[in-house]
Amino acid sequence: MSPADHDVLEPPGGHGPPGGTGEPVLVVEGLGKSFGDHTVLRSVDLRVRRGQVLAIIGPSGSGKTTALRCLNGLERPDAGRVLVGSDVAVDFSRGASRTQLAALRDSSAMVFQHYNLFPHKTVLENVLEGPVVVQRRPREEVTAEALELLGRVGLAEKRDVYPFELSGGQQQRVGIVRALALRPTLLLFDEPTSALDPELVGDVLGLIKELADEGWTMVIVTHELQFAREVAHEVAFIDGGTVVERGHPDQVLRDPREERTRQFVQRLLHPF
Amino acid sequence: MSPETLELVTDSLWPIVRGAVTGTIPLALVSFALGLVIALVVALMRLSKRRWLSAPARAYISVVRGTPLLVQLFVIFYGLPSIGLVIDPWPSAVVAFSVNVGGYAAEVIRAAILSVPKGQWEAAHMVGMPHAVALRRIILPQAARVSVPPLSNTFISLVKDTSLASLILVTELFREAQQIAAFSQEFMVLYLEAAAVYWVICLVLSAAQGRLEQRLDRYVAR
Ligand SMILES: Nc1ncnc2c1ncn2[C@@H]1O[C@H](COP(=O)(O)OP(=O)(O)O)[C@@H](O)[C@H]1O
Ligand SMILES: [Mg+2]
Repeated sequence: MSPADHDVLEPPGGHGPPGGTGEPVLVVEGLGKSFGDHTVLRSVDLRVRRGQVLAIIGPSGSGKTTALRCLNGLERPDAGRVLVGSDVAVDFSRGASRTQLAALRDSSAMVFQHYNLFPHKTVLENVLEGPVVVQRRPREEVTAEALELLGRVGLAEKRDVYPFELSGGQQQRVGIVRALALRPTLLLFDEPTSALDPELVGDVLGLIKELADEGWTMVIVTHELQFAREVAHEVAFIDGGTVVERGHPDQVLRDPREERTRQFVQRLLHPF
Repeated sequence: MSPETLELVTDSLWPIVRGAVTGTIPLALVSFALGLVIALVVALMRLSKRRWLSAPARAYISVVRGTPLLVQLFVIFYGLPSIGLVIDPWPSAVVAFSVNVGGYAAEVIRAAILSVPKGQWEAAHMVGMPHAVALRRIILPQAARVSVPPLSNTFISLVKDTSLASLILVTELFREAQQIAAFSQEFMVLYLEAAAVYWVICLVLSAAQGRLEQRLDRYVAR
């Protein structure tokens, strides 16, 4: 496919089959990460097929962010293997090269809990930075694509505005567009709505659901259980640095096998 | 003010201003520019996790900040010749002042870089930027904004400190005033006049600082 007829709203590799029964796009085996003598990830195994959405839930401090950062090459794991798509395979137990880490980073894009937009760049510049400066794609082409994406999330008129002039919900939608514009194989969301005012959460979740329906392959760390049940094909509960339980959302969230999962879900559903 | 005093003031104004334009101002500008380059390098070394980079940077900052500028100036101009290294007054002053600015500004730049939230590094890396690109395009522009006020202070101090160069025979504002004062014996008048010219220069600089801050602040909520 030439860049010109690549539909910007389309996930790379085309739509995943409904229900995500395609080939695995992400395979994580035995992922381990310690900070000094504090072991955060013991051994994490994950698998996501093309077009599938994996929701990760788990208590605060259980290593969810660290796991996502490892997948995006922002953190260097001490052990384990990560495969993304068909061409990126990194075995951290053998020590990953800088090039491998960069390849891992290029194959996925992350949406941050606190948006992390570049405050000194306009909305459009935020989106162009990766594709134009790093990927060296033609500016006109990327600009057209970025404007289409911004239009889609209702922010076309905000193209020349600085992030501080936007609401949290608008900033997070720019964060999502910035990630999409990188044309990643895999989208990673780290609690994308937990910094938002409650009335702004719906818009952002709605957008993520649309992306799921279009067949983007995604890993979403979230505390929104209802959203996870509706959107995810699989839910993984992480605690103590490992995946304690994973399975169909209805099973994990309504009828968990593990006591720890049950307690966690109960606490989210009935906080007091 | 007597007519003779007034005449002395007007007659001496030109040599003093000429001293500022050909001595003080270029000396300050060149030293500050070189000092900033040194400071950026030293700040980045100091921030490095590698000890062989951070340790020398730490030592440099410590020595520069722990010794008087006048002594640094004298070591370079009067000291180095005794080990066979003779440097002219002007270059000596530039070396001393840039080394000095380098030490102070390095700490300012280091703090400014550290003040940029870690999430900015992460977002830059996430979009694929290598470390150096992230630093240049994302981190330093944001660090620049916070470092303008303290760096302006450094620059204004430097402008005044260039008067020390008169002691190593550089022809600048204060040396002109001294010479006319010695000749006319009107010390009070000449030194106050010199002070006034320094003050005017610094007023202009403060105004420029305000403009620059406004420009760099256009992307933050006020
Ligand atoms: N860079 C780091 N250095 C040291 N400890 C860290 C670092 N990043 C995370 N941690 C620790 O790892 C643990 C898991 O953090 P995190 O992955 O953010 O958890 P979660 O996202 O599930 O709340 C926490 O105890 C945190 O303090
Ligand atoms: Mg987290």
